[in-house]
Amino acid sequence: MIPRIDVELTERCDNNCAHCYINQPAADSQIQARELNTAAWKEILQQAADLGALTVRFTGGEPLLRDDFKDLYIFARRLGMKVQIFTNGRRVTPQLAALLSHMPPLEKVEVTLYGTTQTSYEAVSRARGSFQQAMRGIELLKQELVPFIVKGVLLPQNEEDLPLLEGFARTVHGMDQPPAIPMFLEKRARRDCSACNERIEALRPIPEKIVEMIVQRHTNALDEWRQLVETRHQVPGPKLFSCGAGTTVAVDAYGVAQPCLALRAPELCFDLSQGSIADAMRHFKKMAALEAGHPDYLTRCSRCFLKSLCEQCPARSWSEHGNLDQPVDYLCRLTHAQAEKAGIIELGDKAWLKKKE
Amino acid sequence: MTAVHFNAIYTHSDDVVSRVIEGEVIIVPLVSGIGDADDDLFSLNETGRDIWQRLDGQTTVADILDALAGEYDAPRDTIAAETTALLSELLARGMIREKRD
Repeated sequence: MIPRIDVELTERCDNNCAHCYINQPAADSQIQARELNTAAWKEILQQAADLGALTVRFTGGEPLLRDDFKDLYIFARRLGMKVQIFTNGRRVTPQLAALLSHMPPLEKVEVTLYGTTQTSYEAVSRARGSFQQAMRGIELLKQELVPFIVKGVLLPQNEEDLPLLEGFARTVHGMDQPPAIPMFLEKRARRDCSACNERIEALRPIPEKIVEMIVQRHTNALDEWRQLVETRHQVPGPKLFSCGAGTTVAVDAYGVAQPCLALRAPELCFDLSQGSIADAMRHFKKMAALEAGHPDYLTRCSRCFLKSLCEQCPARSWSEHGNLDQPVDYLCRLTHAQAEKAGIIELGDKAWLKKKE
Repeated sequence: MTAVHFNAIYTHSDDVVSRVIEGEVIIVPLVSGIGDADDDLFSLNETGRDIWQRLDGQTTVADILDALAGEYDAPRDTIAAETTALLSELLARGMIREKRD
């Protein structure tokens, strides 16, 4: 049984964001030709429903680029699934908004808003006209009373705009939390562009800045970090997977099943042209026994009582280094900055050399 | 409370999809206006599942009660009260409809 399925309908996107880990050009016909067709997606969705999946997340790239999006959406809903849509909003049409109103997705549409002005938005999206289209899409969702939230991303190009984004979010009906603003920028998921990775790395905020921004925006952040470490301070050991990876399934645009949306290491993935989702889930079971072998992981991560605070995981190692167990130094620095700010460790301490007091 | 008629035949609404997941019946609205809120799923326990599966568009409420009375070790009045309460709620939520042919 699986509770949900993540579906990356396409890697193509009509934006060209500098920080993106996956985007391909919207008009790339060669990439488009490799994407699964409608029938193949319907078969996958049917299999997921037969395995009990109650929710499907349609993401990308930009999933609304698919000509068959409405068809797939209605199909998923008629299977009795809730549908979560991740979109930049640019391709929301009056017809789509009306559909989402009449046949609601039962999950809030999540619209990533890269800025609240044309200048800030298009400095990130690098697509002329994208801001106006995104705002029009949001307006259409509002008019049709389609529940949605907005979220952002922290980049130098839009950093000063963040208070405005948060202000805009407060005007969104039903948005009862501040907008999620991921601050860790992941490197290219396909490891397909060194220049892109250099750019992404240069865009990453320094960890101390991220910590300050989080603490400013979430008054309970320090308490939450302390509590998390207090309740889950056992050193993790060499076991690689302690997350939910492998208990659900993500399927990429070409029909490869992944144990999570972020994890694309070939040895862990399963080509659905060779079998079913159930076969993929059996394949994922092998992950549970995997242990780290990288000396840095064994020296640091496996002995670190801050592990519960840290976003280090095999997916991050894969996109950063091309293996499953080499620590991502940036994440280590970020976690230590959080712990220092919360008073869990002293400045300069290395948590893997200390015991939790 | 929406009135339930013992002579009536009810069937599942075309505006919902029912799923059986790990033995539980979950009713998923397809269109807006079903249920209490647009994001509400409705789940049925074992008895509810039994009733739901008997709403086949051919069986009257009275016949359903007779069948349930034969299967469950409970007074018929209790079965009738619980069954009509569930049917009333399903009707109010638009998840079932009366079949009138």
